[in-house]
Amino acid sequence: MAETTATPARPLVPVRDLAAFAVLALIVLAVFLSQGSVYSLRVMVEAACYAVLTLGLTIQWGYAGLFNVGVMGFLATGAATSMLVSYPTNPDFWNSPGPALVAMFVVKLAICGAAIWLANRAERIGFHRRLKGLLVTAVLIASFVVISWHMTHMADVIESQAGWVGGLGLPVILGWLVAGLVAGLVAWFVGRVCLGLRSDYLAIATLGIAQIIKTFLKNADWLTRGTLTVSPLPWPVPTPANGDFAFARGMYLIVVVIVMALVYLALQRAYYAPWGRMMRAIRDREDAAAAMGKDVTARRREIFVLGCVVMGIGGAMLIHFAQIYDPSGFIDLNHTFLIWVMMILGGAGNNRGAIFGAIFVYIAWTISEPIALWLFHTGAAYAHAWTGWNPPSDLDSRALQMRVFVVGLTITLVLRYAPRGILPEPEARH
Amino acid sequence: MSLLSIDGLTAGYGQMTILRDVDMALDEGEIGVIVGPNGAGKSTMLKAIFGMLTVTGGSITFDGTDITGIRSEKLAGHRIAYVPQENNVFASLTVEENLEMGAYTRRDDVSHVLDHVYEIFPDMKDKRRQPAGELSGGQRQMVAFGRALMIEPKLILLDEPTAGLSPMFMSVIFDRVIAINRTGVTVAMVEQNAKQALAIAHKGFVLAGGQNSYTDTGQNLLDNPEVARSFLGG
Amino acid sequence: MNALVFFFDNAILSGLIIGAIYALGAIGVTLIFGILRFAHFAHGDMMTMGAFLSLIFAVLLQSMGIHSPIALAFFGMFPAMAATALIAILFDKLFYKPLRDAGARPVVMVMASVGVTLMLQGVLRVFGGVSARSMYIGSPKAIFQFHLPDATRPIVLTEPQIILFVFTAVTVFALHYFLTRTRLGKAMRAVSDNPDLASITGIDIRHVVWATWIIGGALACAAGTLLSMDVALKPDLSFNILLPIFAATIVGGIGQPYGAIAGGFLVGLCESFAVFNWSILLRPLEPMFGVDFPSSLAIVPTEYKLMIPFVILIIVLIYRPTGIFKGKVL
Repeated sequence: MAETTATPARPLVPVRDLAAFAVLALIVLAVFLSQGSVYSLRVMVEAACYAVLTLGLTIQWGYAGLFNVGVMGFLATGAATSMLVSYPTNPDFWNSPGPALVAMFVVKLAICGAAIWLANRAERIGFHRRLKGLLVTAVLIASFVVISWHMTHMADVIESQAGWVGGLGLPVILGWLVAGLVAGLVAWFVGRVCLGLRSDYLAIATLGIAQIIKTFLKNADWLTRGTLTVSPLPWPVPTPANGDFAFARGMYLIVVVIVMALVYLALQRAYYAPWGRMMRAIRDREDAAAAMGKDVTARRREIFVLGCVVMGIGGAMLIHFAQIYDPSGFIDLNHTFLIWVMMILGGAGNNRGAIFGAIFVYIAWTISEPIALWLFHTGAAYAHAWTGWNPPSDLDSRALQMRVFVVGLTITLVLRYAPRGILPEPEARH
Repeated sequence: MSLLSIDGLTAGYGQMTILRDVDMALDEGEIGVIVGPNGAGKSTMLKAIFGMLTVTGGSITFDGTDITGIRSEKLAGHRIAYVPQENNVFASLTVEENLEMGAYTRRDDVSHVLDHVYEIFPDMKDKRRQPAGELSGGQRQMVAFGRALMIEPKLILLDEPTAGLSPMFMSVIFDRVIAINRTGVTVAMVEQNAKQALAIAHKGFVLAGGQNSYTDTGQNLLDNPEVARSFLGG
Repeated sequence: MNALVFFFDNAILSGLIIGAIYALGAIGVTLIFGILRFAHFAHGDMMTMGAFLSLIFAVLLQSMGIHSPIALAFFGMFPAMAATALIAILFDKLFYKPLRDAGARPVVMVMASVGVTLMLQGVLRVFGGVSARSMYIGSPKAIFQFHLPDATRPIVLTEPQIILFVFTAVTVFALHYFLTRTRLGKAMRAVSDNPDLASITGIDIRHVVWATWIIGGALACAAGTLLSMDVALKPDLSFNILLPIFAATIVGGIGQPYGAIAGGFLVGLCESFAVFNWSILLRPLEPMFGVDFPSSLAIVPTEYKLMIPFVILIIVLIYRPTGIFKGKVL
C-alpha cells in the first residue's frame, strides 16, 4: 500500500520518549543516591554495554524480523576475539613451534575452504550431478580429517610448550573492532545457510551455533585457556588498579557511551534511509518486496551480519569491563534472553526504545537478585515458623531461578499485551 | 423461490471493496456460470458466498436461510461445498482419504456416498490408494470435485475448474460438471472459458468492475452480440 | 569378539537409546511444526516437566504402599503423560492461541515458546532444585547381561532401556494406526498438508490442535521420563536436548512423523558413532594392516557431541532442506 513506502513524519517533540527517559533518569538518580557512585557506575557501564547489544538485536528483529536466539554466541565470539587481540603476548608461545603451526592451520583452513567452495561448483566445470555429490562428500570428509588432526596436534604442542597462544598485545579499541568483524563473519556463515528459509530455521541454527561457540571456547585451552579464564583484560582507559574505582569506571562509561551513541546515530540514519525502508518492506511484505525485484535473502544477510557485528562489539566491551574472560560465564539467560526482554519491552525496531529498555531492564535485573533472595528467605522463615518446614539447603540458587521465570513471563506478556513495547517503532507496522 | 438468492451484495477484502451491489439468483438443479474480465470479482463472488471474506452490505439467502457472514467451516452443515481454484486436494493423503475428509462433518455412514462418487468418477476408484499429489492436474480436479460431493451438497461452488488444464481435459471437466448437475446438485461456477461454460449453463451472470453487467440464460448471453463483443472475444 | 561386543554396547546400543528419545521428542515437534507452523522451543523443558511429574506420581504410588518389580516411575509415567498433555493444551490456550487469533507471524509464536520454556525452566528449578536426581525410588535399577559364546564381555541392557525400546515400538505402531486409520488422525494430516482447504472442508481445527498438543505433550513426557530413568533427572536438559530434536525433525522432513522417527534414530546413531573410539574396533586388526592405530580414534571428542546434530542440521539445510522424507520448507 502507498503509505508503507511514504517517509514517516518525525514528530517535532517526542513526548513519549521524553517522558520515558525522564522516568529513567529518576530511576538512575535513585540508584546513584542509594547505592553510591562506585556501584552505580558499574551498573551503568554494564547497562550501556547491554544497550549496544540490544541495538544489534533490534535491527535484526525490529528492522528485518530475524529471530536470533544465539546472541550469547556472538557476544562470546566478540569477547574472545577482543581478548586475543588486546591481551599481552605470551613469549613462551612465540618461542615455540606454535606460531608456525597456527600459520599452517590457517593455510590449511583456507585450502579446505577453497576446496569445498570449488566442489560445490563442480557442475560448472563439467561434473555430473551424481558425481558432484560424491565429490562434495569426499572433500568435506577430507577437510574434516585434515583440520581436526592438525587442530589436535596443534593444541597438544601449544598446551604442553606454552600453555596457550596468548594475546597480540594490540590496543583495546582495535580489539573491539576486530571482535565485531569476527562476530560478523560467523553471522555471515550462519546467514548463508539459513536466511533463504523461514526464520524458524534461523532461530534453531542460532541456538545451535551459540551452544557450540560456548562449548568450543570452554574446551579450546590452547586458544583461550578454556575454563582457566584469562585476566586481567586491559581497558582502553586506565584501569582501577590504583584503587580509584569511581574515576576509572567513569572513564570507561564515557567510552562505552560514545560507542553507543555512534551505533545509535548510524542506525537512526539507516532507519530513515531508503535502506531501512526497504528492510521494513521486506519484513512486512516479503512477497511484494521480492516481486519488486529486491533480493530478499541478500538484504537479510546484510542486516543479520550488521546486527551481529554490533553484538560482537557490545560483547567485547561487556567482558573487558569485567576484566575477566571466563567462557563458563556466558549464559543463555543473561546474554540472550535478557537482551530479548530489553528489546521487546523497549519497543522492537525503535533505537531509543532499545537503549531505554536495556538500561531499565538491566537496573531491574540487578535489583531483582537481592529482592528474590529476600523474598525467598522471608517466605522460608515464615513457613518454618508456622509449619516447621525446613527450606532446602540450595534455597539461594533456587531463588535466583525465579528470575528465569520472570524473564519468560515478561516475554510472553509483552508479546500478548504490548507487542510494540514502551516506545513503539516510529512507523506503524502492517 | 430460488435455492440461492443474492441481493445487493457488497463485499471485499478488509477495507478494500470489490463487489458492489451484486444480485444473483439460482433455482434448484440449475447450473449458473459467472463470467467476466479479469478482476471483475468473479472468484470474490464465490468466496463471499462461502463466508471467506467480509460482507459489508446485502444478503445471501440459501434454501430459505440467511447465510450472510456464516464462516466457511460451518457451511458444510448447510450442504454447500466449495472447490477452490488452486491447492484443492490434500496432496499427501490418498484419493480415498481425500474423499473421507470431504465427509469430515458427517457422523453417519458414508460408504454409499463414496460409491456414488466413484460412479461419477470411475478413474478415481482405481487410484484410490494413491496420494492425490501424484495425480495429474485434471485428475486432481476430479478428486477435488469428489471431496466436495461427499457432503451430498445441494449447491456446489466451483472456482475456475478448468484453469491450467489442457483443452482436451476441459471438455472432460465440463462433462463431469453436467454429470454432477444431473444428480440434482445445483452448480455455481466461475469460468475463464466463457463460451464453453455458458453453453452448458442454465443461467449466466456477466460481472464487470464488481457489478452486474448482464444476466440471462446461458444461450441468450451467447447469442447477445453486445456480450459477445465485450466479453467473449468476438 | 570382545571388541565387537564393546562396539555394540557403546556405539549401536547407546545410539539407539538416545535415538529413541530424540524420536519421541521429534514426533511432537514435527506435528506442532506441521500443524501450528512454528518451531516449539519449549519441548525440551516440557520433557523435563514430564519427568518431574512422573517422579511425583511414582512417589505417590510408593506412599500408597504399592510395590512392583518394574520401576514405579514407569507406572507414574502414564498419569504424568495425561497431565503433561493437559498442561500443553493449557499453555496453548494461555500463550499461543491468543497470538494465533491476533494473526501473529509464526516467528512471534517461536518467541512466545521461548518465553514459555523460560517460565517452565524457572518453575521447575525453583521447586525441583538444580541438582540431578534418580528416578529410581525404592528398588534399584535392574541390569541384564547377555553373554555371547565367544566373548568374555557381556551385552549389557538396563531395565529402563528395555522399557524404552518396547515403549517406542508400541508408540510407533499406535501412531501409525492413529494417523492412517482414524478420522482425527487423517484430519491431522490434512491440516498439516493444507490448512486452508481443511477449514473449507469443515475440519474442526480446534480438535486437531488439541490432538497435536496431546500427542506432543504425552510423548514429550514419556521421552523425558525414560531418558531420566536411563540416566538421571537433570533439570538443565532444555536447550541441549532441543538441538538434536530439531535436527531430527528437519532431517526427517517437517510435518512427517515417520521422518521424525527415522531422523531421531539417525541423529542418535551419528552422535554415538562420532564419539565412539574406533581404535577399539580397529586394534584387533592391527596385525592385518601391520600398523599401530593411535589409542584414541574418535571422530569428534565427547565435549563436542553437540556439534553432531548441528552439523547434520546444516548439511541438510544446505543440500536438502525438505529432509529425507520430503517435508515442507516453511
